[in-house]
Amino acid sequence: MTPCLRPLLFGLVLLPLAAQADRPLAVVAPWEITGLDPSTSGYVFARMRVAETLIDTDAAGQPAPGLASGWQVSDDGLTWRFTLREGVTFHDDSPLTAQAAALSLEHALAKPGILDSAPIVAIEAEDADVVVHLDSPFAPLPALLAHSTTLILAVDAFDDEGRATQMIGTGPYRVASVAPPQRLTVERFDGYWGETPAIGSASYLAVGRGETRALMAESGDADVVFTLDPASRARLARHDRLALHAEPLPRTIVFKLNAEHPFLEDERARQALSLAVDRVGIAAGLLRHPEAAAAELFPASLGPWHLGLAADEAQDVERARELLTQLGWEANGRGMLERDGQPFQLTLRTFSDRPELPLVATALQDQWREIGVALEVAVGNASEIPSGHRDGSLELGLMARNYGLVPDPLGTLLDDFGTDPETMGGDWGAMGWRDADVAAWLDTLRQEADMDARAELAEQVARRLNEAMPVVPVAWYQQTAAVNAELEGFSIDPLERSYRIDELRWGE
Amino acid sequence: MSENQAARATSRWASRWTSHRTTGLGGLLLQRLFQAGLVAWMVGTLTFVLTRSLPGDMAYRIAAGRYGHDMVNTTAAEAVRAELALDQPALGAYFGWLWDLIQLDLGRSLVSGEPVVAELWHQLGHSLGLAALAVLLSLLLGPPLGLLAGLKPNGMLDRVSEVAASVLRALPPFAVGLILILIFSVTLGWLPAAGHGRSAHGVLPALTLALALAAISSRVARNAMADVSQSAYYAFSRTKGLGERLSFLRHGLRNAAVPVVAYLGVQFVYLIEGVVVVETLFAWPGIGHALVHAIVARDVPMIQGTALVMGLMFVALHTVVDLLCYWLDPRRRSA
Repeated sequence: MTPCLRPLLFGLVLLPLAAQADRPLAVVAPWEITGLDPSTSGYVFARMRVAETLIDTDAAGQPAPGLASGWQVSDDGLTWRFTLREGVTFHDDSPLTAQAAALSLEHALAKPGILDSAPIVAIEAEDADVVVHLDSPFAPLPALLAHSTTLILAVDAFDDEGRATQMIGTGPYRVASVAPPQRLTVERFDGYWGETPAIGSASYLAVGRGETRALMAESGDADVVFTLDPASRARLARHDRLALHAEPLPRTIVFKLNAEHPFLEDERARQALSLAVDRVGIAAGLLRHPEAAAAELFPASLGPWHLGLAADEAQDVERARELLTQLGWEANGRGMLERDGQPFQLTLRTFSDRPELPLVATALQDQWREIGVALEVAVGNASEIPSGHRDGSLELGLMARNYGLVPDPLGTLLDDFGTDPETMGGDWGAMGWRDADVAAWLDTLRQEADMDARAELAEQVARRLNEAMPVVPVAWYQQTAAVNAELEGFSIDPLERSYRIDELRWGE
Repeated sequence: MSENQAARATSRWASRWTSHRTTGLGGLLLQRLFQAGLVAWMVGTLTFVLTRSLPGDMAYRIAAGRYGHDMVNTTAAEAVRAELALDQPALGAYFGWLWDLIQLDLGRSLVSGEPVVAELWHQLGHSLGLAALAVLLSLLLGPPLGLLAGLKPNGMLDRVSEVAASVLRALPPFAVGLILILIFSVTLGWLPAAGHGRSAHGVLPALTLALALAAISSRVARNAMADVSQSAYYAFSRTKGLGERLSFLRHGLRNAAVPVVAYLGVQFVYLIEGVVVVETLFAWPGIGHALVHAIVARDVPMIQGTALVMGLMFVALHTVVDLLCYWLDPRRRSA
């Protein structure tokens, strides 16, 4: 063999290995890319690790240093100071400065988004710090800054009106091409401040239909497929080339009740409706995850908010009938309840963006017929629940509420229940329900910094909500994914902040 | 009415429809230009009235489309209402749209904020590519099979292709698409199941559409060919000594082609309806997919723009069909 051929052959032997390392990763999920702005599609760019937030989350789902290496709050709780990590550059090679970070946050504050929940007066840049001024103390502020509507982008990413027209982030991947509403490709960014990812390039494709997503996993067109419908899951589990993953999310299927409705204003009526629900049946039969049955709003991943109630004990049809009899309801000839000649009839609104919801709605319809309650199910658009809440026309609304939208559920709870005992409630929370204790506890939680005191208050709130039932839990969500068995290092982020593609690598 | 009779009736109707309407090429084009203007105005007005009269609050719908259902709340809806001036009278918005349309400005999407023209350009390219491939595939599959069947009416091929056509036409495109993915992607692994970016991605969605198109066009071609092959002039061509092949090429093909081409125009309705379903199934970023999303999110300029382009495309394709028939049928040129 001539000397010059040897390295060539050696190179050819190595070629398959190199090709394996360069193999692009194909991710498929149902969510479309509405545009480039963090307020509308920030979650796609955060999950694909293109852009990052000031605050990250640790393994326990608690706020952890992200682009901010640390933070302090003033004694009066009104001034928060976030110190930026050093040596971070954006994908356009401009450095991460406090000015750039403050500008991104100001743009986020000006648009609808998570920062609406915080009493922010001003956001400023001071040396290497971003300083946030509040008009009242707000303990969960760091948690809000972990949300994808607060992504930190380069100054040049925004146009004069403050809309992001380019996606210039700081993440381990940079945008190679983006074609809304469906496709995004990213490639490794060599100037990343953290660990260099193993996979060189990846694509994201939004595929709305569950059947199509499952078939793409099956045919090998996609390496990671998120959100599988229950029927496909069983089929995909039999594939050797695929590994199936499931992880409970702090997203709960709940129904809210209009507590000002004459049938529902008494706490006992709401409890009766809850007691009649066969949660284990719904979880096992419809969602195909028996452990998803939820007797309380908050799953175990939310720590002190979780009470540990058993789902199978939450059903008691006899007790439900008893409570309704106490309230003056009597069964008529057809077994349906009536009071003063009025039938116990309600309308439940829900939506199909989450495919399970209409199914769960019909299960409720069936289970409530057992106790004589007639339920009409109206499947429409997600926005009909908040708009029905506002105009007072909503009777019942079935939804999937994400209590872990940010690492601390308090932000969501403040929106859903509120701290003003006179005007409690929120678009996706209580309706026409008032409880001065819960309002006061939530208000204390806003300000209280002591962890033990916070944990105690959290438990009190969870317990009271579970008795008074302004919002009733049905099941917890499971995020599911079918993953190419050759991929190593896959895990699901229970807060859905990241697809963790920077932790993946192709196996030998 | 059986599929056979229906196709025969339509092919007769199609040839009549294309024969008496026009007086020369210029008249034809002028008439179609007028139609295009009328379609643009009517489609825009109708979509405007319909979307405005749908139940539900527009501001909430648009906010849900923009920010996703986790983030839609009254604050977001009110911000949208203020930004888009949705509390202004509808009549003003309508005349504003009409004035913009006259200046060839379709406005901006209420959801993404991008110009409607830019979004349509991206989607229309994908849809037109898909539709063109579908029509091409259907022409390769349908008419040749139909012509062969029509040469021997009630023969074996005729009966088999009639059953196949009926089954394919009866199945919704959604089911046909799933079956094709199962065969060609999951089992054989020849073609990607869904997505876009490579040319191979277009094959299955185009084939899904093409099969249903071919189902009809094969029957239309079969009936036209059967009529021709039983006609006196065709018998005469054989009597005077022309072989089967020459008779077909000289006296059969062109005569049978007129109803097939004319019927293509009717099939475009199916094509436009088909892309909506097929694009969603195959994650194809086309205009049908965009229309569904725009309706859900009450993105009025986007709905108007999409419907407008679809309407104009329909008129344009009919014009092409008319021109083809005009060229195929010399009787119309001398009339």
